[in-house]
Amino acid sequence: MKATVYVRLKGEVLDPQGDAVRRALGSLGFEGVKSVRVGKLIEIDLGPGAKPGPELDARLRKMADEMLANPVIEDYEIVAG
Amino acid sequence: MPGPATLPGDPPMTPALLRAHKVNDDEYARLEASLGRPPSYTELGVFSVMWSEHCSYKSSRVHLGRLPTAGPRVIQGPGENAGVVDIGDGFAAIFKMESHNHPSYIEPYQGAATGVGGILRDVFTMGARPVASMDSLRFGRPDHPRTAALLRGVVAGVGGYGNCVGVPTVGGELQFDASYDGNILVNAFTCGVARTDRIFYGRASGIGNPILYVGAKTGRDGIHGATMASDEFSAGGPSQRPTVQVGDPFMEKLLIEACLEIFSEDLLAGVQDMGAAGLTSSSVEMASRSGSGLELDLDAIPRRAARLTPYEMLLSESQERMLLVCHQGKEDRVRAICDKWDLDAAVVGRVTDSGRWVVIATPGYDPLDDAQTPPRREDKVVVCDLPVDVLTDAAPKYDRPRGPDASLAARHAFDPRTIPVPGSWSEELVRMVGTPNLGSKRWVYRQYDSIVRGGTIARPGADAGIVRVPCEKDGHTVEKILAFAADCNGRMVELDPWGGAAKAVAEACRNLVISGAEPIGLTDCLNFGSPERPEIMEQFSQAIDGLAAACRALDVPIVSGNVSFYNETDGRAILPTPTIGAVGLVADAADVVSSFFRGAGDAVLLLGDARSGALSLGGSEYVMQKTGKAQGAPPKLDLDKERALQGLALELARAHVVRSMHDASDGGLAAALVECAVGADRPELVFGCDVALDADASDAASELFAEDPSRIVASCERALVERVKAMAAARGVPCAELGVTGGGRVVIRARGGVELVDVATERLRASRESALESIVGA
Amino acid sequence: MRASVVVFPGSNADAEMIHTLRDLVRLPTEVAWHKDAELPPDTDLVAIPGGFSYGDYLRCGAIARVSPIMAAVRRHAERGGWVIGVCNGFQILTEAGLLPGALTQNQHLRFECRDVYVTPAADGPFTRGLPSVLRLPIAHAEGRYQADAATLERLEQGGLVAFRYCDAAGAVGGAANPNGAMHDIAGIYGGPRKNVLGLMPHPERMSEPLVGGADGRRLFDALVAAAS
Repeated sequence: MKATVYVRLKGEVLDPQGDAVRRALGSLGFEGVKSVRVGKLIEIDLGPGAKPGPELDARLRKMADEMLANPVIEDYEIVAG
Repeated sequence: MPGPATLPGDPPMTPALLRAHKVNDDEYARLEASLGRPPSYTELGVFSVMWSEHCSYKSSRVHLGRLPTAGPRVIQGPGENAGVVDIGDGFAAIFKMESHNHPSYIEPYQGAATGVGGILRDVFTMGARPVASMDSLRFGRPDHPRTAALLRGVVAGVGGYGNCVGVPTVGGELQFDASYDGNILVNAFTCGVARTDRIFYGRASGIGNPILYVGAKTGRDGIHGATMASDEFSAGGPSQRPTVQVGDPFMEKLLIEACLEIFSEDLLAGVQDMGAAGLTSSSVEMASRSGSGLELDLDAIPRRAARLTPYEMLLSESQERMLLVCHQGKEDRVRAICDKWDLDAAVVGRVTDSGRWVVIATPGYDPLDDAQTPPRREDKVVVCDLPVDVLTDAAPKYDRPRGPDASLAARHAFDPRTIPVPGSWSEELVRMVGTPNLGSKRWVYRQYDSIVRGGTIARPGADAGIVRVPCEKDGHTVEKILAFAADCNGRMVELDPWGGAAKAVAEACRNLVISGAEPIGLTDCLNFGSPERPEIMEQFSQAIDGLAAACRALDVPIVSGNVSFYNETDGRAILPTPTIGAVGLVADAADVVSSFFRGAGDAVLLLGDARSGALSLGGSEYVMQKTGKAQGAPPKLDLDKERALQGLALELARAHVVRSMHDASDGGLAAALVECAVGADRPELVFGCDVALDADASDAASELFAEDPSRIVASCERALVERVKAMAAARGVPCAELGVTGGGRVVIRARGGVELVDVATERLRASRESALESIVGA
Repeated sequence: MRASVVVFPGSNADAEMIHTLRDLVRLPTEVAWHKDAELPPDTDLVAIPGGFSYGDYLRCGAIARVSPIMAAVRRHAERGGWVIGVCNGFQILTEAGLLPGALTQNQHLRFECRDVYVTPAADGPFTRGLPSVLRLPIAHAEGRYQADAATLERLEQGGLVAFRYCDAAGAVGGAANPNGAMHDIAGIYGGPRKNVLGLMPHPERMSEPLVGGADGRRLFDALVAAAS
C-alpha cells in the first residue's frame, strides 16, 4: 500500500522557484507559459499490511500536518492507494 | 472638503474595525480632527500602519533624542534608511541593524530570510554595495520544544538568503534564555560602502519627476505586518495570520546590481525600498523627507495576485520591491538598465508640490484579468487624499508612564557565595564551556558563507569580523578594512538597564579595538516588551541613558537603529535586549590582531582592572546555571577605566606588540582563557596555556566566572612584556603577567600555586564544539 | 594568457575570481556576460565563478547551461581551451555536460562554509607541481560529487580525478570528506586534454596570506606554467 502526498505552496504565497523556471522556459523559447508553481511529491510506502480507510487517511493527514507540509505557507493533497 | 471615494466592499467605520486596526479612540479623534472628515476604509488602513509603533516610534521617540548621533565622521544619522559614516578617501560606510522577530517566530526560515533581505535593501538603497552582514539571534531555553526547529529554520533562512545574494555573514551572536521561549529575536545587520558623492536618500524631490516601481510583483503578502510587529503573541498561537512573505534572494541580487548600476549614472532624485507597510510607508516617507507631495496610480502596480484592492496594494509587504524617483527624461535609461538585469520597471506616480499623498485607482480594475481593457483616465477615482504631514509628523507621541521593577531589589540581594562550591573546577570549566550560551557557535556560522567576495580577513568565531573592501573611484582603487561586532547581554540589562546597556556599547567597541579597529559608529536594535507597562518603559528609558553615556565616554555615535516593542507572550516580556552593532575602521592590515593565541611560549597578560577578590558573579552565566535565575548584584562598568583600556588596546594593536587579544565577557576570565587557548578553527592552532591568578583559591568561583567588564586577555612575545607593561602604565591601565601559552593543557592556578584547573585542550575543545549538539544533534 | 570570467546574474564569487586572476596572478582579465554569444577575443582561460547563476532554485546550473555564453564556452572547451569552474561553476559544467557526473545536496543537508584540505590526485595542467596537501575553503550546499559506477571507473582509470578531500596530513576520506562526495572527489578533469577543471573548493578565495592562506593561487600558477 502506497500513498502519495503532494505539497504545494499556498496559492497566494510567492514561489521564486516557479518564477525562475517560468523565466527560463521563456528564454528557451517556450512561449505562452503564464505561470509555473513548483511543489514536492512525497511517496510513502506503508507496507502490505496497511488498509485503506478513514483511519489511514487520518494518519496520513497527521503526517502531513505535523511533518510533511509547513501549514504556514503550504497546502497538501493526499492520494492513497 | 469632499473625501475620497468609497469603494465597493469597504466595511463601515465601526469600533470593531478600529480595534482590528489598533487605532484607539483618541487616535481616531485626532485623525478625524486633522482631516476635517472621517477617513475612508483604505485611508484607515494607511493610518493604522503609519501611526503604528513600528513606523511612527510613538512610544520611543521622546527618549531616542537623548542618544548621541553626531560626530566628525557622521554624514547621516538616524532618520534615513541607514546611517552613513565617513571612512576617508571619499568613501563612506553605510549600516543599520533591524529586527525581524515576529515573522521569524511564525515562519523561521522565511522570517529570517526576509529580515536579511530587508536590511540589505536599507543599505543598498542608499547607494552602497553591501560588504558584510551579522545576525544577532536569541532563542528560548535549549530544551524548549520549539527551540530546535526555530534555531534550524532561522539559521538556514539567514544563510539561504545571505549566501545567495553574495554578502558575507562575518559575525553575530547567539544566546538562549527562557524569556525568549515564545518570542525569539532575529536582529539583522548589514554594512555597505559607497562613494560619499554618490549617496542616495529616500526623498521624492523634483516636481513632476516620475516614480518607478522596480522588482517583484505585489501579492497579498504580510498585509498589516507593521501593525503585527506591534502586537504581542498569545497562547492561541500563530494562526490566522496574513500570507507569509517569502524571500527571493535572486531577485534581491538582481535589484542590488541593477540599482548600483543606475546609481553610477545621474538618473535618480531619490530612492526608497518598500519595507514594512510597503508602498504606503515608502512613498509617504519620501514625500515627507522632501516636503513635497506625491500622486500614485495603483492601476500601474505590477501584481501577481488577482483582484487586489487598493487597500491591499497599499499595505502589501511583498519583498524585493523598490521605488525610484527618476529625473524627468531619464526613465528610458533606467528602464534599459533594469532590462539588462531582467527586471520590470513601471511608472506608478509623480512627485507633486501639493504636500498631499494622493492615490488614484480604477475600482474593480485587474490587469491580470485578460477580459479587461486598460482603464481610462476618467474612470479613475481618488482612493486616498491625505496631507503628508498628518501621516508622519502628526502621528501620536507618547511619554508613557514609567515605574520601577519591584523584583529587582530581591534579585540584587542574592549572594552568589551561597552557591555550593563544586567538587572540581576543572570539570566545572569543561561543562561551562560546553553550554549553548558559552560554547562554540560553529554549527551556526558554518552555514553562512563568511568569505564570499574574497575579502574576509577575520571570520565568525573571532571577536570581530573583518573585511577588506576594494573601493573604486574614477579608475583607481583604495582598500578599506572594516571590522564588525554585535553585542548585548540581556541578563545584565534586566538586572541594571543603565549599566547593562552601557556594557553592550562597551563590549561591542572593545571587540573592535582588540581586533585592531577604531570604532567609528554604532547602530542599535532595541528589543523590549510592551511599552504600555511602566516597568518596561523604565527599562527602556534607563537603557537609552546607559547607551548614551557609554557612547559619550567612548566617543562613538549611534547613526541608525530600530525599536522593537511588544516582545511578549502572554504578558511575559523578553529580557530587555538593546543589541549594539559596531563598525570599526582598521588603519592598516598589519594592525589586525587575532582573538586566539598564536603559538606556544608567548606571555599571557591580563589588561584591565582585575579587582582581585572584588569581582561580582551577579547576573553571570554561572549563577544562571547554578540557580536558574539571573540574580545577584551585577558588576559595575567604570566608563573612565573602559575608555583607558580601549585606548590602550588600539595602541597595542597599532604598535604590533601583541599577538592576540580577547575580552573577558560571558563566562568570565576562565571562559576567555579557554577561548584564547582552544578557540581557533584549525586544530593545529590550539596551544593551551598555564596561568596563575593573583587571587585566593576561596574566591575561585568569581575569579573564574564573574563577568566583570573591562578586562582583556592578551598574549605577546616574552621579550615585549615590559614594553606592553610600560604602555599600559602610561595610560593607567593595570597589566598583570599571568603565565605562558602552550603545553597542550589549560592550567589555571590561584595564589600560592594552588591548582584550580588543569584540563587537556582536546577535552575543552570537544566540549566547546559540541555545545549546540544538545539542541540540533551531532 | 588572457582570462575571461563568465558572469551570470546570480554569480557572486566573480569579484574574487577577477581579483585573483587580474591582481594576483596578473593575467589580463575580462568579463563575459551571460547573454554574450561569444567569449572576448583571444580568451585562453575561461573561469566560471561560484554563486547562484540564475537563482538556482530548480537545480544548480540547470538554467545556466542553456545560456548563450555557455555555447561559446563549450566550443572553447572542445577546442582544447582552458576552463575552470569553481563551486557553482563546477555545477554548471556538469549540467552542461562538459564534465561528467553531478553535484548533489551535501550528505548532512546543510550549507557548509569552512576550510578543507585537498590532495592532488592526478597530473594535469592545474595540478602539476602542487604540494601534496592544500588548504582551501568550501562554501556550498550542493557539493556532493555523484556519478554512476562506469563514470567513476573511467575517471579513476583515466587519471581524471584532480583533487580528493583529505585531512591536514594528507589522509584521504572519512571525516575529511565534508559533503559525502563519492570517492572523496573534490574536483575532476575533463576536455580533450584535461583542459577543463571543475572543483568545489574555492582556490580564488585563498590566494593571498591576508585572507588566511595562498594555497589556492598555486593552481593558477600551475596552469600558467603548464601553458607556457
